[in-house]
Amino acid sequence: MYTEKVMDHFSNPRNVGEVENANGVGEVGNASCGDIMRISLQVEDNVIKDVKFKTFGCGAAIATSSMVTELAIGKTIDEALVLTNQAVAEALDGLPAAKMHCSNLAADALHEAIKDYRDQNS
Amino acid sequence: MEKIYMDNNATTAVKPAVLEAMLPYFCEQFGNPSSVHWAGQMVGGAIDTAREQVAKLLNCSAAEVIFLSCGSEGDNHAIKGTAEALKEKGNHIITTTVEHPAVLETCEALEKDGFEVTYLKVDQDGMLDLAELEAAITDKTILISVMWANNETGNIYPIDEIGQIAKKHKVRFHTDAVQAVGKVPVDVRKANVDMAVISGHKIGAPKGIGAMYLRRGTRISRFMHGGHQERFRRAGTHNVPGIVGLGLACELALENMDKDYTYVRNLRDKLEQGILSNIPDVKLNGHPNADLRLPNTLNVSFDFIEGESLLLFFDMKGIAASSGSACSSGSLEPSHVMGAMGVDVVLAHSSTRFSLSAENTESEVDFVLEELPKIVQRLRDMSPLYQRADPTPLSCDECRMVQKACV
Repeated sequence: MYTEKVMDHFSNPRNVGEVENANGVGEVGNASCGDIMRISLQVEDNVIKDVKFKTFGCGAAIATSSMVTELAIGKTIDEALVLTNQAVAEALDGLPAAKMHCSNLAADALHEAIKDYRDQNS
Repeated sequence: MEKIYMDNNATTAVKPAVLEAMLPYFCEQFGNPSSVHWAGQMVGGAIDTAREQVAKLLNCSAAEVIFLSCGSEGDNHAIKGTAEALKEKGNHIITTTVEHPAVLETCEALEKDGFEVTYLKVDQDGMLDLAELEAAITDKTILISVMWANNETGNIYPIDEIGQIAKKHKVRFHTDAVQAVGKVPVDVRKANVDMAVISGHKIGAPKGIGAMYLRRGTRISRFMHGGHQERFRRAGTHNVPGIVGLGLACELALENMDKDYTYVRNLRDKLEQGILSNIPDVKLNGHPNADLRLPNTLNVSFDFIEGESLLLFFDMKGIAASSGSACSSGSLEPSHVMGAMGVDVVLAHSSTRFSLSAENTESEVDFVLEELPKIVQRLRDMSPLYQRADPTPLSCDECRMVQKACV
């Protein structure tokens, strides 16, 4: 059902946890649908220096969260803001059709965290 | 890696003796039992024997057993066939909110055709209020349909008492006995049941064969039109190997019932106690009194984590179980049974079912008890809900993407 890359990110997720002294935190999803993703990050000079995730959800939810942290780290916030859920799914060599809709929210969580950073620092 | 199968309520392996008994009916005794020639006559006796074997397990007469293709067919036949046959008498059906989809969706389809259906609620332990059931009966009620045991929680319903209520009010009574049969005694006479449905693949026979007990004299419309098979009650060439397999599986189930009950229940109780005492924030789903549940079924929720993730980690360790999470059910909602019991939505997404068989061993239970706490903790450490100070986000307004799906 899942690609090798999804299973790799699911079984060995990268960047799990909360960034200490985070200056941006975003959370999307809800318990009813069974997926909640939380991204915390530290931005320095407009560059994402550190990013971590915590996710309640299925295999796809955990794998996309892990992948988005890998894609975001080292990017400027403007670069990170153009990262889409679709791009995250593609980086994982695709997701089952049923999962594209409900469990593919990781880029949204990242964008929420960046928005939170901007709100705090404007 | 050792493979540990604890999903026997989904399906079971065919028993070797059952397979062996079936094999001659593919290439050698291949005839159509409806044929008059030697090939047909070779297999007729096998069907009679199987019918006796099924009847003995259910405590009915052989003439009251109808072979069909699966449990879903039996439930459809019983409910739609009754609705059609008794529509002049009334249009009201009583069932429960925790039935298998084969019953629930059939009732929903009948609602579209003008029938009225009462879906009885269950309490937090998943049990019915029989006073409520009795009070729901009207002069238009033509059918009560209550499962013998629930596939997700293993809860056993008081079928004998419901049978008494049905008898008192002269209402027909159907029970989906697919999960109960072979695990606990299913005596259709004692329970005053009019129709009971069983499925082969839950008791060590193959998939694609089932049977229905239809009490003598019960008027029911045909479901499958065609030939004269099953005394005009179910058309279609007999699935001879499947019928032979189901017959022997029923005989073996009856023969081993007491022994298997004790063996499987000991394993299940050990698993249950091990999980409840070693993992914090775990909830048992189903009746707390284990006597009121099937001996093989354990349904537990591990707070803060989601069921599909848990199953994937189990699978990496060779453990097969199942989950009531939305992702596992293939829908956007977690299990309707958990919902009916009022289980908190996060706990419903993490509901996990272990369903054992006599093939499981104590060392398999020990292995699961050793691996499970590590897997649960690993997922909890990843979960934003674990050790969280803020309230859990529940509202769909918070998530743009899934909002549409949730409405």
